[in-house]
Amino acid sequence: MGKDQILVRVRDLHKVFHRGSERIDVLQGLNLEVPRGDFLAFMGPSGSGKTTLLNLIAGLDRPTQGAIDVDGQRIDQMSEADLARWRARHTGFVFQLYNLLPVLTAERNVELPLLLTPLSRAERKRHVQTALSVVGLADRAQHYPRQLSGGQEQRVAIARAIVADPTLLLCDEPTGDLDRKSEDEILDLLQALHREYGKTVLMVTHDPHAAARAQRILYLNKGTLSAEPIE
Amino acid sequence: MRFWPLLWSSLWRKKVRTTFTLLSILVAFLLYGYLAAVNKGFSLGINTGADRLFLRHKVSLSILLPESYLGRIGATPGVVDVVHATWFAGIYQEPKNIFPQLPVDPERYLRLYPEFLLPEDQKQAWFADRTGAVAGRTLVEKFGWRIGDRIPLVSPWRKQDGTSTWEFTLRGIYDGAAEATDTRQFLFHYDYFEEARMFGKGMVGWYIIRIHDPKRAAEMAQRLDSNFANSFHETKTMTEKALVQGFARQIGDIGTIIGAILTAVFFTILLVAGNTMMQSVRERTAELAVLKTIGFSNHLVLTLVLTESLLLAGLGGVVGLGLAYWAIERGDPTGGVLPVFFFPPNDIVLGGVIMVALGLATGILPALQAMRLRVVDAIRRA
Ligand SMILES: Nc1ncnc2c1ncn2[C@@H]1O[C@H](COP(=O)(O)OP(=O)(O)OP(=O)(O)O)[C@@H](O)[C@H]1O
Ligand SMILES: [Mg+2]
Repeated sequence: MGKDQILVRVRDLHKVFHRGSERIDVLQGLNLEVPRGDFLAFMGPSGSGKTTLLNLIAGLDRPTQGAIDVDGQRIDQMSEADLARWRARHTGFVFQLYNLLPVLTAERNVELPLLLTPLSRAERKRHVQTALSVVGLADRAQHYPRQLSGGQEQRVAIARAIVADPTLLLCDEPTGDLDRKSEDEILDLLQALHREYGKTVLMVTHDPHAAARAQRILYLNKGTLSAEPIE
Repeated sequence: MRFWPLLWSSLWRKKVRTTFTLLSILVAFLLYGYLAAVNKGFSLGINTGADRLFLRHKVSLSILLPESYLGRIGATPGVVDVVHATWFAGIYQEPKNIFPQLPVDPERYLRLYPEFLLPEDQKQAWFADRTGAVAGRTLVEKFGWRIGDRIPLVSPWRKQDGTSTWEFTLRGIYDGAAEATDTRQFLFHYDYFEEARMFGKGMVGWYIIRIHDPKRAAEMAQRLDSNFANSFHETKTMTEKALVQGFARQIGDIGTIIGAILTAVFFTILLVAGNTMMQSVRERTAELAVLKTIGFSNHLVLTLVLTESLLLAGLGGVVGLGLAYWAIERGDPTGGVLPVFFFPPNDIVLGGVIMVALGLATGILPALQAMRLRVVDAIRRA
């Protein structure tokens, strides 16, 4: 059989926003193919549509036009309920901010995606411990987000994103709010997830230093992607 | 339930706010439960004794009527049975021990009040003992009486020997057939009372009358009163229900007052709890977006928020009703004026219904808001 080597296939993607009477054409016929096991960074000026693109691939938003195929499934055609199920099964998402629920311990935060699976309590616990040790925070399981540093919070967020073993790991400026040292830790971690665990990682970033860690960089400009930064 | 830790932690997101909200819900339900018992106490008789009429002196309950009316009442067409009773107004040990003590014709009285349940042997023992008495379960438990005990009562009714202490032997303990039955009465032989009293001989307090057709109570009352119209002792007849309600009306229409208080209380609680839920959902817009990103469906998010508000109402409500129950068990706040004081089961059930309604009413808007929240908008706003 052999699985399709292209994991994400985006065709002629358009996204239009309306703000009052103003029409914003953010994505204009964008095409993209992401092979399985890729580590891809998206760069581009602010407002170029990086977040918009990532949200569309993560099934958080719907395209105005075009097709998004992930692992053989047309997510742009799914119902709202199916899409939620699909996200639970196939995506792990890391935001720049506001990732963790402040009322839950690190462990409970990481457990959240597993609540949507049929796993037993003991199995969930085991998966959570594994994910936390992958990000090097096994000893912080019982800590609340406010008791963690920004870098640690983000590592917990990554643990949560990978705990259900998703097909895709999506990160929107995961290091945008961190100091250099924490940033490096996060980037090391993403790199390790890519190299050692074979994860497919899509990362949006402003920072060339961060983008350099990826396997390849694509630039978003005027609604389409290119391999070179175009002015 | 796997979502329990998430629900519980979310509920306590702002500890102080949740505590205050819970306390106000608790107080509302405590008030609700307690007032339900008070209301029941005042409205006793509304559901019982519908076929009994109460005949008293036209001017006042405290003016006596001739005992000779018994025959005339009994002979009135439509009357099935009749008994008289008199207010003895005795004091047991201390003036604060108030309970109805009535010299009655034992057999007739028990016929009129079949809801007074007395074992056959005790009944016979009472009938056979001229100075014997029976008392209701509540009263007996309150004073720790036992069958055979000598019970002295000091009454304004002086005895012929000049003393005012009457002694009775407890021959029986009656139970109420229903929770609303008055089990605080102390009953003894009218014959003994009549023979021994110094004054007022041949006079009794009031008559209890059973009629053939309760639907014609008003007509019967009129017919009975016309029997005695223009006599020296004119009468006024009413249903027992009207009598008890009349008592209550002297203090105001208790039911309406209680209803108004509770409406105000629950309206306030609706706003308080509703506001708590609204704020709590608004504060966690970003968190709800994260849950949806993870794959929590819109329905699941709706259910979680709604469950949280049900939990809030349920927690406050159950503890409030529990405290009400406890307070009611500790006894009647009037120290015995109310004939019964208990938490009516109907009102417990209604309390549960109110809890659920409160939870749904306060939770539905925030829950819908949470359900409709779109991740991309929430993240941009945050
Ligand atoms: N829901 C929306 N409604 C209206 N306009 C929107 C919406 N989402 C995005 N936009 C607009 O679309 C454009 C692209 O936004 P997007 O957030 O994707 O940019 P970005 O590349 O991620 O920028 P940044 O680097 O600042 O995060 C912007 O002009 C933005 O204002
Ligand atoms: Mg962005």
